[in-house]
Amino acid sequence: MWGETVKDTQQKEKEVVLESGIKVKPIYTPEDTKDIDYTEDVQDPGKYPYTRGIHPYMYRARPWTMRQYSGFATARETNKRFKYLIEHGQTGLNVAFDLPTQMGLDSDDTRAEGEVGRVGMAVDTLKDMEYAFEGIPIDKISTSLTINSTAAILLAMYIVVAEKQGLSLDQIRGTAQNDILKEYIGRGTWIFPVEPSLKLITDTIEYCARHIPKYYPVSVCGYHIRESGANPVQEIAYAFSIAKAYIQRVLSRGIDLNDFIPRISFNFDIHGNFFEQIAKFRAARRLWAKIVKNEFGATNPKAMMMKMIAGGGGGGLTIEQPENNIVRGAYYALISALSGTQTMALCSYDEAYTIPSEKAAIISLRTMQILIEEMGLCDTADPLAGSYYVEALTNQLEDKIVDLMNKVEERGGIVSAISKGEIQREVSRQAYLYEKMIQSGELVKVGVNKYRIVEEEERPIEFHEYDPSLVKQQIRMLNQVKRTRDNKEILKNLEKLRAMAQTDENLMPYIIDCVRAYATVGEITIVLKEVFGKFEEPVGI
Amino acid sequence: MLDKKIRVLIAKPGLDGHDRGVKVVAQLLRDAGMEVIYTGLHQTVEQIVETAIQEDVNVIGLSILSGAHYPITEKLMKRLKEIAMNDILIIVGGNIPRRDIDGLRALGVRGVFPTGSKFEDIVDFIKKNVG
Repeated sequence: MWGETVKDTQQKEKEVVLESGIKVKPIYTPEDTKDIDYTEDVQDPGKYPYTRGIHPYMYRARPWTMRQYSGFATARETNKRFKYLIEHGQTGLNVAFDLPTQMGLDSDDTRAEGEVGRVGMAVDTLKDMEYAFEGIPIDKISTSLTINSTAAILLAMYIVVAEKQGLSLDQIRGTAQNDILKEYIGRGTWIFPVEPSLKLITDTIEYCARHIPKYYPVSVCGYHIRESGANPVQEIAYAFSIAKAYIQRVLSRGIDLNDFIPRISFNFDIHGNFFEQIAKFRAARRLWAKIVKNEFGATNPKAMMMKMIAGGGGGGLTIEQPENNIVRGAYYALISALSGTQTMALCSYDEAYTIPSEKAAIISLRTMQILIEEMGLCDTADPLAGSYYVEALTNQLEDKIVDLMNKVEERGGIVSAISKGEIQREVSRQAYLYEKMIQSGELVKVGVNKYRIVEEEERPIEFHEYDPSLVKQQIRMLNQVKRTRDNKEILKNLEKLRAMAQTDENLMPYIIDCVRAYATVGEITIVLKEVFGKFEEPVGI
Repeated sequence: MLDKKIRVLIAKPGLDGHDRGVKVVAQLLRDAGMEVIYTGLHQTVEQIVETAIQEDVNVIGLSILSGAHYPITEKLMKRLKEIAMNDILIIVGGNIPRRDIDGLRALGVRGVFPTGSKFEDIVDFIKKNVG
């Protein structure tokens, strides 16, 4: 007979706790899901509350968009990589900008030294964006711009590039990351204080709602919050609190929420426990639908559907035994597919230590294609629905996210908590605890604190080579643009922008005028900084 | 030195905004009994040196993840030499490829601690090399 041995009992009683603090039982049964009402809590895919996905047939109708993050050096180099990826079956673009562009500095600024074209493509003027998208039909390939504090400027450039390709505003598709609040928590490319930054975001959302109906003007990022150390509950709770803050601002501009909420999307992180991540996304989808319907009173179902990009999780990758990251990436992609994501941007195996090589980017693309073409992940929607474990975990995670969101509200809301550095402190405390657990071996990271191959760690790793000569190229081009543009026109437009920045007026049209005349990212940022000031970072740890 | 707390300036030079690691190290050193001052993001080398003088620190720890560790560290070392501050212990952490460690040491960096370094190695190194 199958009696329970002493060892069985010990195993059973050993506590298993997820990052979110949820205790996992050794066995789940119908008892764990007996309070779930299918129609109310789960429902078919494509129906409120969208727990199982936002489309009735999910990937059966259309697989997820494959959108690898890429961009480096100059616009011309990046354009080549874009075309290469499209040629290999990538269906969307995801543009990486270098740090000077993200921080509003021109390539010839002394503070940009050593950083031009290093972690992404350098953009000084519209000319760079024209080169980046040369020969790429931007009405057909949707493009995501990973840009935040200078998003209004880069979006303006993108709009003018579209114009020059002969497209009308309503043909422009794509996404701007444009989530400044999370930049104060993680990633750190903030420039202006919180309030004027929020105003700029609100301007871009309002402008898009009124003029570029197919554009997603903001992608709220739990991703970077988690990469900064947050656990899965904090990731979703803080992201949703941030999204609510944006919605409240846009509502004050008198736009119908049913028109603009559908254009807000999310960017989430995948690493850590397999089932916890899947349940996190199912819980998040259901909760977002409830928030939009019940708290904001939206009636358009499209507004209630949480659209997301997921698949990456740089924080889960390791520099040790880097090939293991190919395997991790494949699981992240599988999690992502089982979670009903709309777009995947899979992390590449070399991402823990460098920007992705061409080979690594292709392996990521192939990983997704294998899931779609060979593994049957597109055959049926939300195949894990009804699993006692997954459904129970989905419920528990939703409760925890709601609790934390309420706590943020009670403390005065997310905007004030970020301004004071409270969220930042909580996330870095979590990062410290996590790192302590890795160092003690309590949390296993394969190849790092267990199953190490010491001689393997001495092996040189391939890095993306940074070519310092391209800085000269970039600065030469910037100077050429400056020589040939109409400087009087620039001055006039910049002064107009300065005047309008002191009012409540939407700044997008004035920024568009500046970029059209080939004003630089740096020139526009300086004007805004002179009016808005600079963020004073709370540095208490 | 025994009865006085070690003072460490933890600095984020340049444009790189990845501060997860630097904040972990700041908490670690504080828990190890050191006085930790964190500069915050986007610091110029001049600002870092200025703060180091004002706070009278024994150690400057630079955290760099963008790949620009050479130009930034070189600038810092040059500035410290200019003002004859040779007694500060300089350590660098972040996304530092193994092959660059010797180069950073040649610049005058005493300890290099790439991502994933052991907590005790960092703490022991500072304790052993200060005072």
